[in-house]
Formats: sequence, C-alpha cells, structure tokens
Amino acid sequence: MMEMIKFKIDGIELEVPKGTTVLEAARSVGIKIPSLCYLKDVNKSSSCRVCVVEVGPRLIASCTLAAENGMDIKTNTAKVREARRTVVELLLSNHKRECTTCVRSENCELQALAKDLNIRDIRFEGEKTTCPIDDSSTSVVRDQEKCVLCGRCISTCGNVQSVHAIGFANRGFSTVVAPAYHKPLSDTVCINCGQCIMACPVGALHEKENIKDVWNAIADPDKYVVVQTAPAVRVALGEEFGMPVGSRVTGKMVSALRKLGFDKVFDTDFAADLTIMEEGTELLKRLESGENLPLMTSCCPGWVKFVEHFYPDMLDNLSTCKSPHQMEGALIKSYFAKKMDIDPAKITVVSIMPCVAKKFENQREELSSENLQDVDIVLTTRELAQMIKEAGIDFANLSDEEFDNPLGESTGAAVIFGATGGVAEAALRTVFEITAGKELEAIDYEVVRGTEGIKEATIELPNGKSINAAIAHGLANARKLLDMVKSGEKKIDFIEVMACPGGCVTGGGQPIIDAKTREVMDVKIERAKAIYDEDKSLPIRKSHKNPYIKQIYEEFLGEPNGHLSHELLHTHYQKRNRF
Amino acid sequence: MSFYRSQVLICGGTGCTSSGSMDLMSAIKSEIKKHGIENEIEVIRTGCFGLCELGPIIIVYPEGAFYSRVEVKDIPELVEEHLVKGRILKRLVYHEAIENDRVKSLNNVDFYKKQQRIALGNCGVIDPEEIDEYLAVDGYKALEKVLTSMTPQDVIEEMKKSGLRGRGGGGFPTGLKWEFAAKQVNEQKYIICNADEGDPGAFMDRSILEGDPHAVLEAMAIGGYAIGANQGYIYVRAEYPIAVERLKVAIKQAREYGLLGENILGTGFKFDVEIRLGAGAFVCGEETALMNSIEGKRGMPNPKPPFPAVSGLWEKPTVINNVETYANIPVIIRNGAEWFANIGTEKSKGTKVFALGGKITNTGLVEVPMGITLREVIYEIGGGIPNGKKFKAVQTGGPSGGCITAEHLDTPIDYDTLTALGSMMGSGGMIVMDEDNCMVDVARFYLDFTKDESCGKCTPCR
Amino acid sequence: MSNMENKCCCCNCGQPDERLEKVKKFINDHKDVKGGLIPVLHFIQETYGYLPEDVLEHVSDGLNIPMTEIFGVASFYHFFSLEPKGEHIIRVCMGTACYVKGAQGILDKFARELNVEVGKTTEDGKFTLEATRCLGACGLAPVLTIGEKVYGRLTVDDVPRILDEYRK
Repeated sequence: MMEMIKFKIDGIELEVPKGTTVLEAARSVGIKIPSLCYLKDVNKSSSCRVCVVEVGPRLIASCTLAAENGMDIKTNTAKVREARRTVVELLLSNHKRECTTCVRSENCELQALAKDLNIRDIRFEGEKTTCPIDDSSTSVVRDQEKCVLCGRCISTCGNVQSVHAIGFANRGFSTVVAPAYHKPLSDTVCINCGQCIMACPVGALHEKENIKDVWNAIADPDKYVVVQTAPAVRVALGEEFGMPVGSRVTGKMVSALRKLGFDKVFDTDFAADLTIMEEGTELLKRLESGENLPLMTSCCPGWVKFVEHFYPDMLDNLSTCKSPHQMEGALIKSYFAKKMDIDPAKITVVSIMPCVAKKFENQREELSSENLQDVDIVLTTRELAQMIKEAGIDFANLSDEEFDNPLGESTGAAVIFGATGGVAEAALRTVFEITAGKELEAIDYEVVRGTEGIKEATIELPNGKSINAAIAHGLANARKLLDMVKSGEKKIDFIEVMACPGGCVTGGGQPIIDAKTREVMDVKIERAKAIYDEDKSLPIRKSHKNPYIKQIYEEFLGEPNGHLSHELLHTHYQKRNRF
Repeated sequence: MSFYRSQVLICGGTGCTSSGSMDLMSAIKSEIKKHGIENEIEVIRTGCFGLCELGPIIIVYPEGAFYSRVEVKDIPELVEEHLVKGRILKRLVYHEAIENDRVKSLNNVDFYKKQQRIALGNCGVIDPEEIDEYLAVDGYKALEKVLTSMTPQDVIEEMKKSGLRGRGGGGFPTGLKWEFAAKQVNEQKYIICNADEGDPGAFMDRSILEGDPHAVLEAMAIGGYAIGANQGYIYVRAEYPIAVERLKVAIKQAREYGLLGENILGTGFKFDVEIRLGAGAFVCGEETALMNSIEGKRGMPNPKPPFPAVSGLWEKPTVINNVETYANIPVIIRNGAEWFANIGTEKSKGTKVFALGGKITNTGLVEVPMGITLREVIYEIGGGIPNGKKFKAVQTGGPSGGCITAEHLDTPIDYDTLTALGSMMGSGGMIVMDEDNCMVDVARFYLDFTKDESCGKCTPCR
Repeated sequence: MSNMENKCCCCNCGQPDERLEKVKKFINDHKDVKGGLIPVLHFIQETYGYLPEDVLEHVSDGLNIPMTEIFGVASFYHFFSLEPKGEHIIRVCMGTACYVKGAQGILDKFARELNVEVGKTTEDGKFTLEATRCLGACGLAPVLTIGEKVYGRLTVDDVPRILDEYRK
C-alpha cells in the first residue's frame, strides 16, 4: 500500500501519495502555482523562487516541498503574491529586455509570468550581466544576457544527455552558464542536439537561424532551390499555427513550401527508404562476417558526434550510411541533376529538419562531393513556420498537396524514422522479408516502440538466425547501453540510437513546448502517435517495396552497398576530443 | 617524568603566532639552554589565551605572570630575571595584572573576572599537540562514560536536559537534532563538524581547534555513538592552517590510543574522522552547502526540508554541529546536564564565546554565561572604546545579523533577546564601532560581502 | 590527446613533469574517495599555484567527472585560481574587524603602489593583490599576509616598507 498524505491547500483537503510535491498536488486540484526553473522529470533546483507558497510563517518553494501530513498551505496571500512579484522583478532587472525582437517573443515563460503577475514596472535597477553572444556553434546560439540561471539546460545536457557541455561557472552575481574555461560552444563536446533550447524558458538559447540564406537562394534566379522535409516535421509544424499537438499536416506543409517558392518539394522519407536498403544490406553483411557488431545507426548527427567524442573506439560500429537527408541531397545533386540536366552547382538543397544538429552535419567536409555540399542549408521546423508566417500564408486553410517525384515517394517504413524505434522497425521489416524470401503480413513490431529509455528485442529470422536489437533514445540511455555492450554484459547485433528523448519528433528543432504543457502531456507520445498513424495510412509500408527505390537502383545506383552507393551514400567518421 | 620548577606557556594561537610567538619560543628555549636550566623549565605551546590584543602572550607559572606584547629582544632579560633570578619582569607584565606593584592572579584581571570558560576551558592550558595533556584534564572520560555506562538514548536525553543549543548561529537544540537523526533507520549515518567559520570577526572555532582539538573529536565520537554513525567529517577552512595541522596530529594520536577507529576503548564501537578542507566560500558555513562541498560539488545550499538529520551527506541521516557546540559536550557529559543547565538564562543555557573586535580595547576571545549584558562584555571585559571615543554600535551575528546601538547596551545576551533586537547570535562575533565609523558605509560593506559571497543559485540573493 | 603526455606544462622543454607525476598519483589515490574532487583540486593548486587546464583533464579522466563540473567547482571557490599568480600573493584581510580599522585604505594603497587592480597580478608577475575573507587574526587588525608571513596592526604608511622587503 502506498502511504497517503493528508493536508490542506487553500482550505482544500487533499490526499496524495507520499513524496508528492506541493506544486504537483496543487496543480492536480486546479490551483495554478507559477513556476520557472521547474521542469518535470528534468530540473528541480528550486532556485527561481517563483513557486513559493506560505507554510506557517515561512515561504517555501513548492516544487521541491514534499507534502506532509497536516500541512496548511496558502498559495494566494498578499505575502506570496508580493514575493513572487519581487522575484520576477529581480529576474527582469538583470535580463536583456528586448522582448519584441526576441526569438522567443510570445513563447517565453518569463514574459508570460510577468504578464500573469501584472508586473508593470521594475523597481530595481542595478548592475547587469554583460557577456558577448556565443554564436560560434553551427547550431546553438547562447545569449547569457537573457539567461535566468534556472539550470534547465544544464540538467538536460548533463542528466538527460550525459554530454555535460555546459555547467554553472563562477558564483554569486557572476554566476553564468558556460562551457569549461568559458570556451566557445563550438570548441566543446556539445553534440548540437539542441535539447537545451527546448528546455530554455527564455531566449537565452536558440538555434542559429538560416532563414535569410533560404530567402536569398529563392530570390536568386540562377539558383534551382530544392527542399526536402524530414518525417517528424509533418507531425509538429501545425502546432506553430495553433493546431493541437500531434496534428498531421503533410499536405498543407507541401503546399506551403511550394508557395514559398521552392522549385521542387521532395521528401526525406524517400532517402529513409534508401537508408533501409543500404543499412539493411550492411547489417546482413556484418551479421554474416561477424565484424563490427553491433551495427549502430548513423542517421542521428547528435549521436554520431557523441560517439566521435566519447566512444572513438566504436567508430567502426557506426553504420557508414549517411543520414537520409544527406543521401537525398547527394542524389538531388547527382541523379536528379542529371535527369533534369541541371548543373549541380546551381542547385541549392534545403532540408527542413526537426533538428539543429543537422546544421552541423550538413557542413561536414566529408558530406560533399566535388566541392559541393550534399545539403546547403538546414532549417528547423520552427524556422519553416517562421518563413510561412513571414510570407503571409494562411497555413490552416491550405489545401493538401503531394510531394514531387521521383524523390518524394516514400513508404510507412520511412515515416516512422521520426520516432524512437522507427529506424529499427523499418530495418526489421525489410531484413525479415529479405531473409524470408517471401512477403509477410505482420509488420508491426510493437516491441521496439514506446518511450522506455532502452528497449531490447530479439527477432528470430526465418533463416534460423536471430538478431538482438537494442534501441536507446536520450544519450544518457545510449551511454548506459554502450557501457553494457563494452563490458560484455549485453550481446547486441543492432543498435538504434536517437539523441533526443523520443526521437526526432521531439528533436531540438521542433516547436517548443513550455514547462506547463510538458507537465500535462507527453509530447513525444502524441507526436509519435501521429507518426504511426501516417505509417498505417500509407499503401506501402516496407522500404524495399517503394517502386521509386527499385527504380533508382535499376536506373542509377546498381545495387545496395555497390560502388556508386558507396561513393554517394556512405561516409566515415573522426575521433574528437573528449573534453 | 622530571619535575619542572617553572612552566612557561606560550600562546600558539593564530593571533600570537602571527605576531611572532613561535620565534619567542625558540628564543626562550635557546636562552634557558644557555643558562643550563633546560631541565628545570618546561616550555609549552598552548592554545589561545583569548586576549589577542596583547599578543604575543607568555604566562609563567607558578607565579601566573602574564607577559604581553613580548618581543624577541626581551627574551634574554625575561629569562635572566624571571627564570634564573626568580624576579617578575614587571615592565612586560600586562598593566591590568599589576596592582599596587604586585602581580594579580589572572582570575582577578578584569578581562577574565567575569568569564566562565567551558568551551575554551582547555585553551591556553594544555599543549594541544599532546594527547596525554588532554587525558590529564579528564579528556576522553566523557566518551568512556558514554560507551560504558549509557545507552544512545541516555546520551540524547542528557543532551536534551542540558538545554545546549547550536552555537553556530541558528540555536537549534542539539539534543533534538541528535534525536531526529537517531530515529532514522539507516545503516550509514554521518557526524559532521562545521569548522567553516565564516563570519568575519569570529574566530572562536579556530581557537578551539587550535587549543583543544581533542575535545571536538571526543564530542563527535559521542555524537556518533548517540545517533549510530561511525564516520565523521570535519569541514575546516583552508585559511586555518594551524588548526588543520593540530587536528591532523590529534586524529593521529587518538587513533594510536584507540580512541578513534575500530573497537574504541574495547567496547566494539567504531568511529573515525576525516578532515575536509574548505576552499574559500562563506556560503559553505550553511549546512547543506557544506555537505555539497564535502561531496565535491559547488557549495550551493539545498532546499530544506528534507533536513540533514533525515537526508544529509550523500543523502544519509547526518548530524552537523559547529566546533563550539562540540566543545561543550564532553564537559556536559562529565559534569552532568543539570550542572550545565544551571548556567545561563531560561532558554539559552550555558556560556557563549564571543570574539571581540573592532574599536575595543581588549580585542580577543571571551566566554561568558548567557544572560550577561552587552555593557558588561564591552566595557568590563572588553575595556571599553579606546582613545576616548564614543561607542556607536556593536555588530553581532555576522553579515546577516545586525548592529545594536547604545540604548540596548543593557540587554542581557541570549539567542532570543538578540533576535528580538533584530540581530542574532550568529557564531558570536562582536565588532564594536565608534563614532568615527559610518553606519551607511558599514551597511554597504555587508551588502557587498553578502553579494560577493552569495552562491548565485537563487534569484533573490544574487 | 597530445597535451596528455607527461611534458612540462608550461613550456615544451621536453622534460618530464615531476609535478604532474605527483598529481597523477594523488588523483589515483583519490579515485575511490567519496567527494575526492576538492582535495584533489587543493593538491593541484598547492603544486602548481593554480589549476592548469591540461592537469584538470587528468582529473576529469581519473575521477570520471565532467570538465564542466570540475570547472564549476574550481570557479566557485575563492581558493582556487584558474590562472597563474604572482610570485608573492598579498592578501589583505577584509573581515569586518579589519574593515572598521581601515583595511580598505591599506588595500587601496597597495593597488596604487603596485598599479594593479585587486585580484590581479602585476605585469612583472611579482605580486598578486587580493582582498581576502576574515583571517581570524582580528586582534591584530588590520592584517595582511604575504606567503606565510602575517603583518598586523598596520597603517597605510607601512605599505611601502612592506613592499620593499619583497622588491629586492
């Protein structure tokens, strides 16, 4: 029996399981206690003091205060309101208040707090933190002058991702969030996942914006601008236009992209199907030879950089496959350019990604051919929404349109790349059928779905062999998994890792969900649901059945893992500094 | 053991060491050797005598001659006159200690007359680096008594009865704190000694560690027995090198004597102590910040509850008391709770050590019964304000305390009266300010201090 | 990982760095000590006079603590320095007792005499001037320390004389 605690909040008698915090209990009965540094499951530092409540003579932060029998909590007294107001004023007194031009305007938890608490003027004026903006990274920009020192980014980077690229430094008024030795972010172990951005309540962390580059390319008459979209974008973009979490807006998104002026609208999902062909073949080969097992997926650039920094001895385990949008970019500048008779140098490939690490990936030297990067510009889902708004497009009322061909056709297997377990499931669908040598009906691998940090499954193949697969999302989980593999505790053949918890659906480039919504809803589950619905709705759900995939191998690539494939679709990795 | 006809006590506290007492010690040793009387005279380095203003201090027994501000060049004369010829060298004797040309007993000197030294009892009396000297003044008797004739619950009851309250600032009843921790069911518990004396102007903890380190070790072992802990940590400021050194020596000696470690005094009780150095952060005097620092983290406080007694160091039940609190405990156990509870006021029992500093004639350490008035401390013991200046205020309770002005000088001092005046006891620093000090400037000084020393975690404080 | 070799940290003289060997041994001895980071940082501070970055990388490795956390701890405590200090460190006590007896004036005088900001090191690397927390020598207020030596009952006029002792 769970021990229950009886106590009162604002006169309401409550009974909650032992360990429940006052904040959680209050919210469960509809009492809204404001908070800022608290981020469910991630950060409980009780440092901002916004959530204070009155307990007897004391004001105590409710986010870390466990309810006790007989407590009599007051959340709405003059003393409480005044304390909260003072705290927010103090925060604002050392905050770069350029709200109207801030990337987080209208999506800022501090702004919302100030509004809710009716703060009209700030009584305090004094020293302000001065710190140059760190825009050294290709992906994440840090503006310490907007930082409220809530620590949500640090907990995310350290505890959720086990990367520890940033931490608190100095103390007192000089306290800042910084990499060790105040190095620029680009010189650190930051793997660019952008989960810190998702955790930041204000505009202190945001993606490096590339919108202007895209507008310029579209405006340039000499440029042929091709866009591709990742699977997870279509299940989140709608949120930026007021639609519920988990809305599928594939057709509207395609329509909007055409209206923005892109010459072709392709789907990264096509290359996801291609990835399955290449990576599936690679897996079968490695299983055959027994070399470099477990095979580790390589579609997540945050994960790849993580391995390069922290597990350089396992670089050979990474699949040599480029990530899908890089494959797609390479094909656009070769296969498609040839087909259309366009000079590849004149093509600009834009990728719309749920991710900021892709902004690092597309600039890797090894992801190019003949001095042309496979992908020229990466935009996040948020940046795309921004462009649509800027263009005055009425997104909600757009009619559905279809992707262009041939690089826009895809299967259900490709769509599920967007959720954790998706790559593994897609691979299993194909590998299973190839080894069986015949068509199979049951293709839903429920065992690899879901939000558990590490999932494991053993798949018996028709040829009598079996594959031990493991799936991790969130790099702390990945680290745990790799350490178990390295120690020999686990024998695994195939590992899928996505750096972001939940996979790409909750990637660092997706619409930002505020702390309060995170408390009542598991966004990764909602968006994943939409992904699996999309999978179900598609006529073809196995990558190797995609007719255009068959076609491209026949017309152009030859065979999976063949010579041209290696040239265009595969890559290599480099060891990086651990510190 | 040979018999010495005279004992020369030289203060080895930080104050006197800073003004050269160790040079004096070697000078005396070589001088008495020159006179061939090294077998007749014992030279002992002790802890602090308290009257730092007059350092370096030397006391020669059996006469009890109190020599102040002695310099190396005085030594030949001092040895020649006093130790060879037996004549007190009056020109070096503290002027207050001479009356009608005769040397007074120290207990009759104003500075010591109203003092009652319990926590400082052994400071300036024994050689802190000799465990035998501590044993000779009933050292470790309390531990023996506890281990052989009392249950842990008895110890806690005794502490509760004594009314001892935490001397570090908060004034929480020590017995209650121990009881909370004792009630927790956990195979690992910790005892911590908070020796991160941070309040500017307070140095009693340092003096106790320098003068009587074994008392603290003994008390920690008693606490360990009472709550069921077998590991102790002393968190001491890195700025206190002498205290650290003496603690190291004391721990080593206690282990050698079987008073720390496995099977203490053959009773099967196991307890050991480790020293952890602070690294210069005022906030680490706060107990949860201190524990974070021991854990090797940034010294940032945690929210309370949970209190350390429930979840402290490495989330284990932990009792944390400061040095002065511990220094009272062996005496309480030896003399009994009732004896202790008879000293002091109704709600504040025992004595309190104050560090007198600033614009006061006798800067130094004093230990007085609770309930004595500020006036008695400042004027009778402290000798008033020097240079004929007027008293303006006395600052108590460290940076988060307050300044008390002349109209409240007759307030009897205890935890509750000081709080009622808007200040607090804190760790016992008393800084006297005269008419030349600007209160706005002082307020600014403290604000700067608290701002600089804030850990930076929470909004209101940074 | 070129900086992980046992070379002298301050130059490329190729000499094996004895200090580093000592530090490595100390780190190794503290691998399993709970909360061993701060004792290790103390040892490095004592050995090198500050906390060199490449030495901290050994700490990160040896104790399995991320660099950001080590840096966070190192930059939190006054006692640790992340850059090399002067030959002589002048620590002027700014405890209350010293403050009310004129410590600020003494600190200012040093700053003027040495032409250096508080907390900084003179250009010739000879002196670092610091304001420090209460040294607990309030009986001698105002006080300062240079190395192990304590100077008490100071006046502003003592400053040049004290500096002369170290300028030779």
